[in-house]
Amino acid sequence: MIELIKNPKYDFMSLRNYAFALSAVLLVLGLVGTIQIFRGKANLGVDLAGGTSIQVKFQKPFSMDEIRSLLVQAGQGEATLQGVEGENILLIKLRADAGQQERMVADPVLKLLRDKLPGNPFVVESISEIGPAIGHKLRQDAMLALAISALAIILYLAWRFEFKFGVTAAIATFHDIFAMVGIFWALGIEQDLLFITALLTIGGYSLTDTVVIFDRIRENIRLRKRNTFSETINLSVNDVLSRSIVTSITVFMAVMALLFFGGAVLRNFALALTIGILVGSYSSVFVAGPMLVLWRGEKMTEVKR
Amino acid sequence: MWKSISGRITLIVILTVVSVIVLAPSLTDKVPAGWKDKMPRINLGLDLQGGVFLRLAVEIDKAIENTILRYADDARGVCREKGLPVLAFQKAGTDGFSLRFPPGDFAGRAVALIKDEFPSLDAALGEVKSDGATVTLRMKPQEVQAIRTNAVVQGVETIRNRIDQFGVREPQIIAEGEDRIVVQLPGVKDQQRAIELVGKTALLEFKLVDEGASVEDALKGNVPEDAQLLYQKSVDPQTGRATKTPMLVKKRALLTGDTIKTAKVNFDSQRGGAHVSLSFDSRGAKVFDRVTAENVKRRLAIVLDDTIYSAPVIQERISGGEAQITGSFTAEEASDLAIVLRAGSLPAPVKVIQNVSIGPSLGQDSIRKGIQAAIIGALVVVAFMGFYYRFAGLVADFALVFNILFLLASMAALSATLTLPGIAGIILAIGMAVDSNVLIFERIREEIRAKKSVRVSIDAGYDKAFMTVVDSHVTTLITAIILFQFGTGPIKGFAVSLSMGVAINLFTALVCTKVVFDYLNARKPMQALSI
Repeated sequence: MIELIKNPKYDFMSLRNYAFALSAVLLVLGLVGTIQIFRGKANLGVDLAGGTSIQVKFQKPFSMDEIRSLLVQAGQGEATLQGVEGENILLIKLRADAGQQERMVADPVLKLLRDKLPGNPFVVESISEIGPAIGHKLRQDAMLALAISALAIILYLAWRFEFKFGVTAAIATFHDIFAMVGIFWALGIEQDLLFITALLTIGGYSLTDTVVIFDRIRENIRLRKRNTFSETINLSVNDVLSRSIVTSITVFMAVMALLFFGGAVLRNFALALTIGILVGSYSSVFVAGPMLVLWRGEKMTEVKR
Repeated sequence: MWKSISGRITLIVILTVVSVIVLAPSLTDKVPAGWKDKMPRINLGLDLQGGVFLRLAVEIDKAIENTILRYADDARGVCREKGLPVLAFQKAGTDGFSLRFPPGDFAGRAVALIKDEFPSLDAALGEVKSDGATVTLRMKPQEVQAIRTNAVVQGVETIRNRIDQFGVREPQIIAEGEDRIVVQLPGVKDQQRAIELVGKTALLEFKLVDEGASVEDALKGNVPEDAQLLYQKSVDPQTGRATKTPMLVKKRALLTGDTIKTAKVNFDSQRGGAHVSLSFDSRGAKVFDRVTAENVKRRLAIVLDDTIYSAPVIQERISGGEAQITGSFTAEEASDLAIVLRAGSLPAPVKVIQNVSIGPSLGQDSIRKGIQAAIIGALVVVAFMGFYYRFAGLVADFALVFNILFLLASMAALSATLTLPGIAGIILAIGMAVDSNVLIFERIREEIRAKKSVRVSIDAGYDKAFMTVVDSHVTTLITAIILFQFGTGPIKGFAVSLSMGVAINLFTALVCTKVVFDYLNARKPMQALSI
């Protein structure tokens, strides 16, 4: 039997004040990030903010400065340019800003490049032009779906465990989603639809983690292995610790494959998953359990099965 | 059946055979055609195979406004014919207009006349003053509603016609809500052309050139009441430079494109250009015959979407019901023009509010890299499980293979669309499959550490992990289903593969691996388990 840790007896609950402090920081970051998203001030992808994003592949190497000055002359100076090394690929992004009605300018920008760089022809690899109403609707739909699934999770876990377990699991899950939004906002990494998909993936992952620990808590309460609720939680987290670690490792390896071999399109997505797995593992251990104690007290009332 | 080992094995074998049969056509082209044609397939999303996604806003208010302006022109014309002088014309809201008449019984007669001639208009006599009276005309609400519904339904139909003639495999054109149309053109290569073809209103009108007024005056803002200023676009064949010539034409269209029977491209071998020749249906031919007879030696402008293509002088009466649109077209432009004229005009102008075009090379690139990453990820996980859990890990790997097979087969059976977020959903589902096995194996280890026999440990491990696995899967399934219900676009793709994956996990994790252990134990109780 290969074991990463033998018979762990860590006192996770003693760290809960540090954990709450860390979580508070993450949540504040997340809150600011979310508010900025709704104010349209975050680094949102064109698909969420509205605007234009163009990817072209030139035949020959190009000069970023030359293209920038061309765009500035054409009044599109706010464009973000990004090149892919060695592949002559150029990404141009023009976000619709607050106040501006829309920014669907793929045609004029492509025409500009075609006219001003006749010696370096290119193929258009992708265009996406999104009106601001669409980005707004996508954001709203995602929020609505998240809110309703939170409600459904609470109801199911309230039925399977008890109401407080349901709410705590939902909070732990949303803690992770908020934390990821906050971290991405603080790092200034672009948040697009794939990022939202990553949020959902991590939500599912973290929820599973929490449910596994809750299951063990319920069992250990029934078996009366410890006298207080917080000791029971500690025991349960230690009981499932090797599972948590092994699962995290396997998922981590899969995500690493995505990060290194998935190509440029998936890079931010894989990065979000990597951060999310870390946050998710942390929250299941340090957020869900301690919150239950805070709310439920130390009474060892049995959880229905 | 769940108790009997052979029953479970039979079930797994049947599922495997069915899955292979369903899935094979999606993975390889080397299956017999008869088999391939009968089987549903996994569709690749636009992000994976390239193509165009367009969301169009139908400008219904503009359609209503255009209709009301047409009614206004007609109503004025009818009033004048009957000797009722119209002093002034004014728009009234979005669905009406008012006409002013001089004192006398003119206004009253106009109301009666309009009620007679225009059944879809409500006419109301306003206050009668000493200097005249106003008649307000409004479209009936059911007429407005009809325009609303028609604008989207007819729009979808027209766009479908155009795309069918353009030639795109499996296009999707659907109405969304009350005023949106979503167009998906997978695999289309000439993307710019396709977008123009979809978005063009293609309202063709024949209008007389107003030669009585001067264009210079009109450019200064002095346009006669019954005329409008339009531009003729032409491209110099030598220099390729485009020029715009202003021209005054009468507002009233003598004939519109809805009377066109066919339109085709002809090449002019002498001048080297292409032109589009039209033939009208019998009603159109009759009108064209009359119009040309009445206006010999005058110029007739051929106007498409408020741009003049040509304005030839009518040399003689044309009675055959045929006309030509000339201009400086390339062959492609002429062919697209013929398509839109055949398919008809859109009942209301549309505006592109979302355009996602993925070139075919980028799509292939992301699918290649995505699949490569997924395979590498799966191999690493498989190797790790085998290393960490030894024999039991291999059993889990074996279940993982079934898991992926069943998942892909279910997606093929439902003709689901695989997108990049969908691949993410599969990765999460696979992660959960591995997690189920980890949960079970850790439980078995606990039992073995408690010095229980291998057989008892295995049974107890599965029993105790059972509810945990079910709980975690059901919560994820609930989330996935809700995301499917309420999510849009990419979120939906994620939810589809995740929900199917989770449902299949429950089966493979709890049945496929257990049957292996049960089978080994049934032959000879295991003394030791490599786990």
